[in-house]
Amino acid sequence: MKADPRGVLTGTHFMDGDHACCEGALAAGSRFAAGYPITPSTEVVERFASRVPTVGGTFIQMEDELAASITLQGAVWAGAKAFTVTSGPGFSLMMEHIGYAAMTETPCVFVDVQRGGPSTGLPTLPAQADMMQARWGSHGDYEIIALCPNSPQECFDLTIKAFNLAEEFRVPVMFMMDECVGHMTEKVVIPPADQIEVVPRRHTHKSVDEYLPYATNGDMVPEMAHAGEGYNFHVTGLTHDEHGYPNMTLPTQDKLVRRLQNKILHAVDRIAMFEEEQLEGADVVVVSYGITSRVAQRAIEAARKQGLRVGKLRLITAWPFPEKKIRDLAANVKAFVVPELNLGQMVREVERTAAGQAKTFAVSHAGGGVHNPEDILKVIVEASRWRTA
Amino acid sequence: MADSLNTDILNPVVNPVEAFLRSDRMPHIWCPGCGIGTTVNSFARALIESKIDLGSLALVSGIGCTGRVAGYVKLDSFHTTHGRAIPFATGLKLANPKLNVVVYSGDGDLSAIGGNHLIHAARRNIDLKVICVNNLIYAMTGGQTAPTTPDHSTTSTNPYGVFEPSFNLPHLVEAAGAVYVARWTTFHVRQLSRSISEAFQKKGFSFIEVISPCPTLYQRRNKLGDGLDAMKYYKEKSKVRHGAPTNEVGLTMTGEIIVGKFVDRDRPDYQTMMRTQYAESLGERFVEQAEMVCS
Amino acid sequence: MAKGRVSIVVERCKACGFCVEFCPTKVLALSSAFNSKGYHPPHVVHPEKCSGCDLCGMYCPDFAIFATKAAPAGGGDK
Repeated sequence: MKADPRGVLTGTHFMDGDHACCEGALAAGSRFAAGYPITPSTEVVERFASRVPTVGGTFIQMEDELAASITLQGAVWAGAKAFTVTSGPGFSLMMEHIGYAAMTETPCVFVDVQRGGPSTGLPTLPAQADMMQARWGSHGDYEIIALCPNSPQECFDLTIKAFNLAEEFRVPVMFMMDECVGHMTEKVVIPPADQIEVVPRRHTHKSVDEYLPYATNGDMVPEMAHAGEGYNFHVTGLTHDEHGYPNMTLPTQDKLVRRLQNKILHAVDRIAMFEEEQLEGADVVVVSYGITSRVAQRAIEAARKQGLRVGKLRLITAWPFPEKKIRDLAANVKAFVVPELNLGQMVREVERTAAGQAKTFAVSHAGGGVHNPEDILKVIVEASRWRTA
Repeated sequence: MADSLNTDILNPVVNPVEAFLRSDRMPHIWCPGCGIGTTVNSFARALIESKIDLGSLALVSGIGCTGRVAGYVKLDSFHTTHGRAIPFATGLKLANPKLNVVVYSGDGDLSAIGGNHLIHAARRNIDLKVICVNNLIYAMTGGQTAPTTPDHSTTSTNPYGVFEPSFNLPHLVEAAGAVYVARWTTFHVRQLSRSISEAFQKKGFSFIEVISPCPTLYQRRNKLGDGLDAMKYYKEKSKVRHGAPTNEVGLTMTGEIIVGKFVDRDRPDYQTMMRTQYAESLGERFVEQAEMVCS
Repeated sequence: MAKGRVSIVVERCKACGFCVEFCPTKVLALSSAFNSKGYHPPHVVHPEKCSGCDLCGMYCPDFAIFATKAAPAGGGDK
């Protein structure tokens, strides 16, 4: 369905990633946000607080991230598309409720504008060190989807995609920005509303008597109902059956948790997005995401000028990890080079998936700024010279 | 002649409360003599009395024995995370103001881990009806000290006796800004129903504390008998003092229990204040939140 | 003729004793019978004293008992 024009700020803008993210949420149809201030994410909700009373919706600044991360879920169950924004320390506080959203299959978006960590770290400086946390931060077995924009334009476009994926798969989506992309000001083109596709809520059409909140028809994603419609459904974070009733037995646990995982993993081909360039015949492939992908581009071009055959794979979807793509590439290339603003996170996924078929080189960075392109170039050159013993 | 006529088949006798229960999940898990079921009984009768439209009612609970209420009532019900029923309920209410949102949870869930949310929701005067079943202990996890456990009680984490002062919940929520504060015990079934009905008529943050027996842990560990003994204690030692100053209604292990309606005042609820402020600041630019139609 | 009638859902009862204690006219007592969980459910020992006030129903934590007002004596049209 097309976007609601009331939320779409059509035009050509000069705005930073945080602001573009807010506009993306509004364009996607979000009319509810609950937030708590934390640098460098606060501008997203500050803009939402300013915009939403003129569009028709609600923003509430809650007393902490624990509250914000669940208040948005209450709003979802009342019918809204809802999100929150945070950074490292707040992201850590939200973990329990990310797990609750995964378990109850509440479609929503969590924006993490990553900054230096751990702990209070570097509040105003970029990092990409929450990538594993995005995937594994909450307890138990569950899957999420994580997207990584690398520009303010993508902060707009991919936020809409995040909401769409959340609705399609009834899953919390992690929107992994970083301080650099969030505070970088660039051209952002917002198209007319009728050029923006939004995915509506998977609302049931079944009658009150027929509807089972967690029954699926083979596509692994149940239909939803909202509070106040007379369905009298029950939602719980306890292991539950198709009625939504607590059913704490081994078979129910097995069935539920595997379905929560498989509804995402079996659809990787549909979900995974990446940008690829000159992978055909490449010796070395640089795998990167977010702001680092823009720095890596400089290094890749320098390497190609030296005559090296370097391909580029930019992860737009970090989770679910595009294993098949990496595995296929590993059979044909010599090495992967993975620059990240952390001491080695997504590189582990690349290495694991390559399974020794290609060598994996990390270009780590403790965070606080972006790489020097020369540091990435150095590793690309080293990787292209690498020989098996 | 009418005496001997068996009308059972023509008019099967059904408990009016049954319509509010998920009968397919009975019997429930609460212990013999636990008062939570009694509070649910009072709640159901309040729903019948106040003729609330059940289709617009949502019930949110947290974790704990009282938290299990959500799973037994036949309403749109949400069993959320420990301490966070109130913010979840806030999200429901703000996104759909037409909903009547009840928070039904225990003393530990609402005042310990949930304490911060309790005071802020009261401060904001969010239109929620909070029923706090206070059994003076963390029952579900095996009888640990709660912020409401009376002085000198024995619990599993204070095996030598509790020495911390306990919270006086009515005092706390009144100070935070609640517009309706009442306390009853599970002995006061009629009064509790009436208070719940009154809270439904009120706009703003309403808080009803219900003292309830935990026979398995609190009663047993403190040699206070069983659930029935607790009920007899409530009957004997309760004193109804409507309008009592809330700083005077603290509880002790075996002392007097002051019950009644302590606070019933009026001030604009959160959404009214929000709309007023936006209308004032934005004038014509203010767009009221549309119905969240999302399908 | 009793003004009220008690109904007992035997399988739900956990023999807490609230209904027996708080019935104003002492209609009930715990029986010596067992339900399938091993509890002694109440039984009506003085049916004639039941007023149908339903205090037993209001107190029961297990939704296992309730009282209704009996049908009025004297039939309709003949």
